[in-house]
Amino acid sequence: MSERTKEQANVLPDPASYVQGTKLDKLTHSTSNLEFETPDHPYLDSNELIINMGPQHPATHGVLRVILKLDGEKVLGTECVIGYLHRGVEKIAENRTYTMFNPYVDRMDYVAAVSNGLGYCQAVEKLLNIEAPPRANYIRVILTELNRIASHQLWLGTHALDIGAMTPLFYTFRDREEILKIFEKYCGARLTTHAFRIGGCQYETYAGFEKEVKNFLTFVAPKIDEYETLLTTNRIWLERTKNVGVISAADAIALGVTGPVLRASGVKWDIRKALPYANYADFDFEIPTGQNGDTYDRYLVRMVEMRQSLRIIEQAVNGIPEGPIMAKVPKVIKPAVGEIYHSIEAPKGELGYFIVSDGSTQPYRLRVRPPSFVNLQALDVMVRGMLVADVVAVIGTLDIVLGEVDR
Amino acid sequence: MVEKYKSQYGSGLEAQTYLGQNYFSVDRSLIPDFLRLLRDEEQFDYCVDITAVHYPKREKQFDVVWILYSFPRNERVRVKTQIADGASIPSSVPIWATANWLEREVYDMFGIQFDGHPDLKRILLPDGWKGFPLRKDYGILQQDKEWVQINLGIESGQ
Repeated sequence: MSERTKEQANVLPDPASYVQGTKLDKLTHSTSNLEFETPDHPYLDSNELIINMGPQHPATHGVLRVILKLDGEKVLGTECVIGYLHRGVEKIAENRTYTMFNPYVDRMDYVAAVSNGLGYCQAVEKLLNIEAPPRANYIRVILTELNRIASHQLWLGTHALDIGAMTPLFYTFRDREEILKIFEKYCGARLTTHAFRIGGCQYETYAGFEKEVKNFLTFVAPKIDEYETLLTTNRIWLERTKNVGVISAADAIALGVTGPVLRASGVKWDIRKALPYANYADFDFEIPTGQNGDTYDRYLVRMVEMRQSLRIIEQAVNGIPEGPIMAKVPKVIKPAVGEIYHSIEAPKGELGYFIVSDGSTQPYRLRVRPPSFVNLQALDVMVRGMLVADVVAVIGTLDIVLGEVDR
Repeated sequence: MVEKYKSQYGSGLEAQTYLGQNYFSVDRSLIPDFLRLLRDEEQFDYCVDITAVHYPKREKQFDVVWILYSFPRNERVRVKTQIADGASIPSSVPIWATANWLEREVYDMFGIQFDGHPDLKRILLPDGWKGFPLRKDYGILQQDKEWVQINLGIESGQ
């Protein structure tokens, strides 16, 4: 660069050369001197730019393709292309018996398999008009709430990693391991647990289950505080999440958004309270809500939810009654002709099952109402006018699992 | 609420309950109006789900089902209507924005047309796919072989 004279450096390249990419030497010379006079014609005009994010992208948490329409760094609009993981779960259900289909639901939201199983088992129980015995309900609540914590921990770790904070990932995965160990001891599987059966639970708790759950509670409570010390008042975290991906309560309701995303917008609605299932009505817990409906509020809501889950588990594990764990269920499950819809509060939102029975051993139609699929639809509303980097933050904050979006 | 609408719509509307869950079976002609009425007058502000069921032996082959929830009433209700194969139904996107993707999925899986939908195209399956997998005459192992061969370069996806 030293040979270059000042005159040479000040020569502005012909803008056309940028487009054609020819006079490259001229370009490299001129970039070293930044004191350009303003050119009469703009270097880059602000044409809209269409770029693809995904399907293989570390921040999309699976195979999600987002087509971004950009003006510079500003997002003008998005379109999601989904279906890469489509396995036809609903079609499979029509060709399996009620019992055979049970393990398949674990493969939808594979980080919260226990919740999927609970929703499905309860839906079929409702169709059969039976109820799980109290002890089974307590075991179900303990495992489901443990799974909610595990799901939120996985969300927090990956979401923070997307935004640039690497440490929370290690912390949350370290602690999530303890939950997976309990699952493994209970039913032999860590992720796709298949923990529940239609009518109750297959397995009695193992020796020392209650003690291990109590130990976990005392172990994890300070750990959640520890995550908060890393993020809650972290300036970078605040800059990246405050007022990012804002969605108003009215928009959220119109878009059918549920779960922590809805609650962060200020709607105090949780199916565990609104339409209680299992024995959630017996437990004392709060529903956290946010005010601004931004990424930061959604983070806070999920942090409080983890603590509330601990409260529920504590009450459940102290009050777990003795008794049978299976209701009287016929060997061959043949519900009467009819249809029901049952939904539960999964970690991501309202997870519903709509089952139509024709009186045979297989569902005539089984529809899954997936929270991730419906919540993902709000992405477009949430990122319009934001920057490209915020798209990553918003995908993270929606907490989608592509296995559930595509089913 | 039921009586009020029964007198208004007569035989076009039937209210039923199964296992404590309420649903309306309504005539196809009432569809956008009745749904709008439920949202505006009865505060069913949250459209939980839209789906369909295929009954190939019936003359009107499809049931389209709306599952609605009302935050103020804390109540869930289902609305069902029957339509024939090839017939279309008014879109409910103007009533609930969430209907956009849900209706696209119904179209993708059953081939039901929604009039007035802003962007009715396949959502889970690829755009060029032929056939509607959740119809009863579509076999579980069936697939669009031509699409698989052209786009994936393999003989069969099975």
